[in-house]
Amino acid sequence: MLCDICKQNVAKVHLTQIIEGKTKKVDLCEACSKAKGIDDPKGFALADLLLGLGAAQQMDQAAPQTGVRCPTCGFTHADFKKSGRLGCPDCYQAFAEGLEGVLKSMHKGTRHVGKAPRRLQGPHDLEERIAQLQKRLEKAIAAEDFEMAATVRDELKRIREQASRPDKAATV
Amino acid sequence: MNLTEFLGASPGASREGPHDRIVLSSRVRLARNVKGLAFPGWAKKPERVKALELIRPQVEGLPQMTGAYSGSMDALTALERQILVERHLISREHAARSVGSGLVLSRDHSLCVMINEEDHLRMQSLRRGLQLKAAWQAVDEVDTQLEERLEYAFSRELGYLTACPTNLGTGIRVSAMLHLPALVLAEQMNQVITAVNKLGLAVRGLYGEGTEALGNVFQVSNQMTLGEGEAEIVERLNKVVAQLIEHEENARATLLEKKPKMVFNHVGRAYGILANAHSISSKEAMNLLSLMRLGIDLDCFPGSQRPLLDELFTATQPAHLQRQHTEKLSADERDLLRADMLRAQLGPVARPVMPPPPATPDAK
Repeated sequence: MLCDICKQNVAKVHLTQIIEGKTKKVDLCEACSKAKGIDDPKGFALADLLLGLGAAQQMDQAAPQTGVRCPTCGFTHADFKKSGRLGCPDCYQAFAEGLEGVLKSMHKGTRHVGKAPRRLQGPHDLEERIAQLQKRLEKAIAAEDFEMAATVRDELKRIREQASRPDKAATV
Repeated sequence: MNLTEFLGASPGASREGPHDRIVLSSRVRLARNVKGLAFPGWAKKPERVKALELIRPQVEGLPQMTGAYSGSMDALTALERQILVERHLISREHAARSVGSGLVLSRDHSLCVMINEEDHLRMQSLRRGLQLKAAWQAVDEVDTQLEERLEYAFSRELGYLTACPTNLGTGIRVSAMLHLPALVLAEQMNQVITAVNKLGLAVRGLYGEGTEALGNVFQVSNQMTLGEGEAEIVERLNKVVAQLIEHEENARATLLEKKPKMVFNHVGRAYGILANAHSISSKEAMNLLSLMRLGIDLDCFPGSQRPLLDELFTATQPAHLQRQHTEKLSADERDLLRADMLRAQLGPVARPVMPPPPATPDAK
């Protein structure tokens, strides 16, 4: 088995971490594990490594897209593998298929929740956000998490105020 | 005005804040990109320069940036960039950039916008002590105003589009810098890190990703940015930090009760070396300053102020020492100068009193 980082040396350090019930694994050679500070647990979080470097691998497994190239910026799957970063905003569309699984394992959900630029907000978006927050509020109250409930309530109030001022929401 | 003058002349952020016994600072940063432009890591140099020319005036024009410092990274010397890193104003990655990247820093240093770091915009708000909500509100306001001046790359499905998928969605990173000497002395820190990781939060060293926890300072931050709203992320982190404060306070109380000699030995030796050494590395200085800071919290140094220690934390860093000298110092020369400065600064601080006079439980 080769090291996940350098892909040259034999992997000797094998790590497994479970975050919120999701298992993540990484295999490294000695040199890379030292470079990443894995011998010193204080300076190290497995997730950083996985999220930064493992993404391209995972993408490979989910949907091999070797031939795909972003039509806007020319970025390829191989480039993503090298850097763990994308080329331009449109890459998210070009590589959507492979990214879906990556995002699922990386984040809490695969759909954005939260702020949106005002110019893109229709009254519909606010309604949806209010519904989301309502649910969150009920959940927090049921769990007797009153601090979270207070935060969500404040956020609800802010958004309702915004919703009641359509003139402001429409300004660019 | 050049950056060195700016940092010297402007008042800087206040040295005190809520819970600053344990929480050194709170920070919230947002990642944003401009629609239609390649991300900085993929863009060619002329594109980056063009993006910087488009973005920088918009940031400079914000009301929050009145009297701000604004410059291109290539206009800064290596020393100035290192000073910014040591003050946690820019990332190490940003310090390594040059033409086509920029920086706008507010007069009080509490708002800092990096242009063409990994994303087109990395804006952050910094506060002393535990003030995550206030930090978030400040940077949220900057963002709300900037979105009217720049068209962001945003998708309804995926939120704010970022160069790295780990920042996708809200683009928010909420973090608190914590001083946890008792948890380290009690050898509980690894357990704490494991527990915090399980909540989907990251624990890192003093200078962020992949760095050592020098001086018993740890950064706790959220990892996930998609599928959870900003307010909820801030509140979740707030809660975990409140718990960490409690754990650290408990660890201090337990150590004092069970192993007072061990604690006072550390504090006394730290003072002894810091106040008397003639050569000291930055790593040793930070670790000892951490123990002396613990001594201050435990009332071993009556009348001594935490701010002096916090200032020394920064002032003993390599670039801050080099700043007062025109010729390039070697590491050995810096060790001598660092020791000279520490002796001078700690000269007026009296020897530690141990055990300290009984304090009321809620004494600050």
